[in-house]
Amino acid sequence: MAEITRRKFVTIGAAGLALATIPAIFRFNPAMALTPMLDEHSVLEEYYSHFGVNQEIIRKIMGAALEKGGDYCDLFFQHNISSYVALEDDIVNRAYTNVDFGVGIRVIKGDQTGYSFTEEVTTESMIKAAKTAASIAKGVSSGEIANLGFHPTPDYYPIQTKWEDVSIDKRIPAIQQINKVMHDADNRVIKTNTSISDDSTYILVATSDGRIVCDYQPMVQIAGSCTAEQNGQRESNGFNLCGRHGIDFVSPESLDRIGTESVRRTVNLFDAVKPDAGEMPVVLAAGSSGILLHEAIGHGMEADFNRKNTSIFSTKIGKPVAEKFVNIVDNGTNPGVRGTINIDDEGNDSQKTYLVRDGILESYLHDRISAKFYNVKPTGSGRRQSFRYPPLPRMRNTYMTDGPHSYEEIIKSVKKGIFVEQFTNGQVNIGAGDYTFYVKAGNLIEDGKITKPIKDINLIGNGPDSLSKVTMVANDMKMAEGGWTCGKNGQGVPVSMGLPTIKVSSITVGGVS
Amino acid sequence: MITNDRLELAHWVVKSAKAEGASDIAVNISNSRSVEMEYRDGQLDVVKESTENSLNISLYVEGKYSGHSTNDLRQDSVGKFVRDAVAMTKYLSVDKFRKLPDPKYYRGMVETELDLIDDRYDSIRSEERVAMVKELQELTSGQSDKIISSTAGYYDNISESIKVHSNGFEGVSEGTSFSYGVEVTLDDGKGGRPSDWNYATTRHLSDMEAPANMSKKVVESALAKLGQEKIESGVYEMVIHNRAATQPIYALYSPLTGRSIQQKRSFLDGKLGEKLFSEKLTVIDDPFIKRGLGSRHYDGEGMATRKRTIIEKGVVKEFLIDNYYGNKLGVEPTGGSVSNVSFEYGDKSLDELIKQVTKGILVTNFIGGNSNGTTGDYSWGLVGMYIENGKIVKPVYEMNISGNLIDLWANLVECGNDPYKYSSFRRPSLYFKDVQFSGL
Repeated sequence: MAEITRRKFVTIGAAGLALATIPAIFRFNPAMALTPMLDEHSVLEEYYSHFGVNQEIIRKIMGAALEKGGDYCDLFFQHNISSYVALEDDIVNRAYTNVDFGVGIRVIKGDQTGYSFTEEVTTESMIKAAKTAASIAKGVSSGEIANLGFHPTPDYYPIQTKWEDVSIDKRIPAIQQINKVMHDADNRVIKTNTSISDDSTYILVATSDGRIVCDYQPMVQIAGSCTAEQNGQRESNGFNLCGRHGIDFVSPESLDRIGTESVRRTVNLFDAVKPDAGEMPVVLAAGSSGILLHEAIGHGMEADFNRKNTSIFSTKIGKPVAEKFVNIVDNGTNPGVRGTINIDDEGNDSQKTYLVRDGILESYLHDRISAKFYNVKPTGSGRRQSFRYPPLPRMRNTYMTDGPHSYEEIIKSVKKGIFVEQFTNGQVNIGAGDYTFYVKAGNLIEDGKITKPIKDINLIGNGPDSLSKVTMVANDMKMAEGGWTCGKNGQGVPVSMGLPTIKVSSITVGGVS
Repeated sequence: MITNDRLELAHWVVKSAKAEGASDIAVNISNSRSVEMEYRDGQLDVVKESTENSLNISLYVEGKYSGHSTNDLRQDSVGKFVRDAVAMTKYLSVDKFRKLPDPKYYRGMVETELDLIDDRYDSIRSEERVAMVKELQELTSGQSDKIISSTAGYYDNISESIKVHSNGFEGVSEGTSFSYGVEVTLDDGKGGRPSDWNYATTRHLSDMEAPANMSKKVVESALAKLGQEKIESGVYEMVIHNRAATQPIYALYSPLTGRSIQQKRSFLDGKLGEKLFSEKLTVIDDPFIKRGLGSRHYDGEGMATRKRTIIEKGVVKEFLIDNYYGNKLGVEPTGGSVSNVSFEYGDKSLDELIKQVTKGILVTNFIGGNSNGTTGDYSWGLVGMYIENGKIVKPVYEMNISGNLIDLWANLVECGNDPYKYSSFRRPSLYFKDVQFSGL
């Protein structure tokens, strides 16, 4: 279904059933290795050969794409190989793999987009797709296609061995180990699930203004979850670690942590209570609480909504939106983090973008169309789920930097409120600004002290209002460690988020009165 | 490739997998073509056309199981794909519960005509599609000077799916679908930009909701949001507009599945046959609705579908048990997924339900929130209208409802008479008492 409803949301653990290759299910060149030792020319030649194209073919396709007078076009080649191996009822009894390959062709005329893709990367199929995309324009070709120049990129996620070259028998012991840790940790554990999922993605982007880039994008997620039972009461919970890493991410320490944390987070729920219903101070723990930023401000700062005048932040650039000690960035360059990209899906450089600097709203997140509309440089935020979709302005890793307070000061300052630590999903209405996120686990704060655990409550607030109510920010910023996927207009992209411990003086808590 | 080529390829995949050492295999090959358009503020914004193919296999090798998919359907690529997949499966552990369904479940398919294809599909011209989005956007934008932006969207699709199992199943299913809708954003004059949307999905284009209707409704509901505020926390009556009513129904879905029951992640475990919910709640899985968006003769495992009652007058009658979890639980599979979900509808319209409310909230949209399938706890954000003595008083937002699904559904007072027909979830408007709202 096309997402005509345009819901924007984020959800955890959506690594899903897409999957991989363990004897390499590889289509063209299984031996392809892109090591830093290769010079630029060799890197590009490897990618050309991977996708079975060359500069001449690409320029021919571009010629077809612009034959009706489009202003600009780009080609996005993608090859994704993914794998998922899982344990249930104490045996590794399922594995799924997926291979996805194709090219998306986009033509822009003004701010209008024509888009088509093909899964067959033959010149004939690509020309047919290019002609389809071309029809967004109704004129005649404006002339020559520029020569393509290779644009090198930094490497924020170097890995030793590509995932499709890692045999399945290297993955199996890891998920067996997490299972053992969970069973050993607590005899109330009655069911366990563990899994490892990984991705290898190769992209090649060519733009009609003469740029060609390529990138290899790895991803891995290792997850545990369990159900525990006590006096007839059951609770389930889990924990996962995720990032752009190779097999060395699967260390004994991380497996132990996944198992131990999954169990701790589950059995804690036995004593959990529901807080009161209504508005109260909320302290957000360092880490994945950055979901607040993702929903309360991040989506509203994506420039497509502002260009269309539909965001609550549309008129607020350059204006104060928060206390002076509040700084919020969206950064695509954090090494190994899930939302990091060496280059965006339109061939623009990744960067660290300040959404809020010293409390002032500074910059939107731009894709090519919005950057042109606002006459600013792109921020490297043009991202897409796959070759099947045109790019949109999207977040990467969204977080707040350290502030002047301490965790202890913050907890002590709350007479009656809640401390929230683990989340499952969030959502926002861009125009009205109302956002929500779901708290899986946290604690009550009573008289300046952390007390009873709480669980399963939704928080709801208004983006600009909550930003203005960030009254304390600690100096313990931490990135989320789990795998988050952000959804917008039917496209999911990997993101991360982070936060130091902060206090929001009032949010509506879905409790019970 | 045409249907016969795909069938031939599917049988070839079965043969190759067996030659590589698979004892059984299920093959699915699907093909889908679609066109999508968006028309924003007076001009065409996005036009997209696509054709997709995929090959999915489920492999049973030496008592072990795995699943694989690819979008490269060239025969030599597929050969390597199958070979590698079989080799990989051998690394896994033996799972005695994994097998293809017993062929007895393939039999007895009800051969009723479902009318899932609009024969006009291939003759729809691009100009017609553009005219449709243009008309809807123009009708919408002209209705209020508070409108900042409006975007109309259109999407159509024709798809075919072929399924071949090595133990005797072969099926072909086809269908078309059309989606058409509009989103509108208003300026509330105070910095807020409330928005609303309305869209419909149908199997045949001629069943589509008229653009005049759609645009009128969306502007009305967006305008009704102007001045929305948060009200006191407390226990209120609740009416849910049929458009939004999927949320509490969908929360029951996962807990009803065989997987959740077997994995002890369901608050419904052990509750089959118990009266848990209000007797006003009857939920039916009906695969044979003509032109239904979820209609089908067989399910994802090739098992013949039947009309069945999942919940009858508040009693859970049947879990959704697929073949694998049926084997694990030692029970007969009942079908692990639903087709069209319908209800025993009441006799009152949404307006008549609202008239019965003394002090309550009409929920027009849910936003975010989640539920815990193991315990039944839920908490959802919402947007809606405050009702007093049968009359809508003012718009509300930034509120949550929270509680347990058993209590919520036990407090269902009645269902409306208004099934939402543009979805496979044909839910009515719902009226509940004693719901915990949090606001101020």
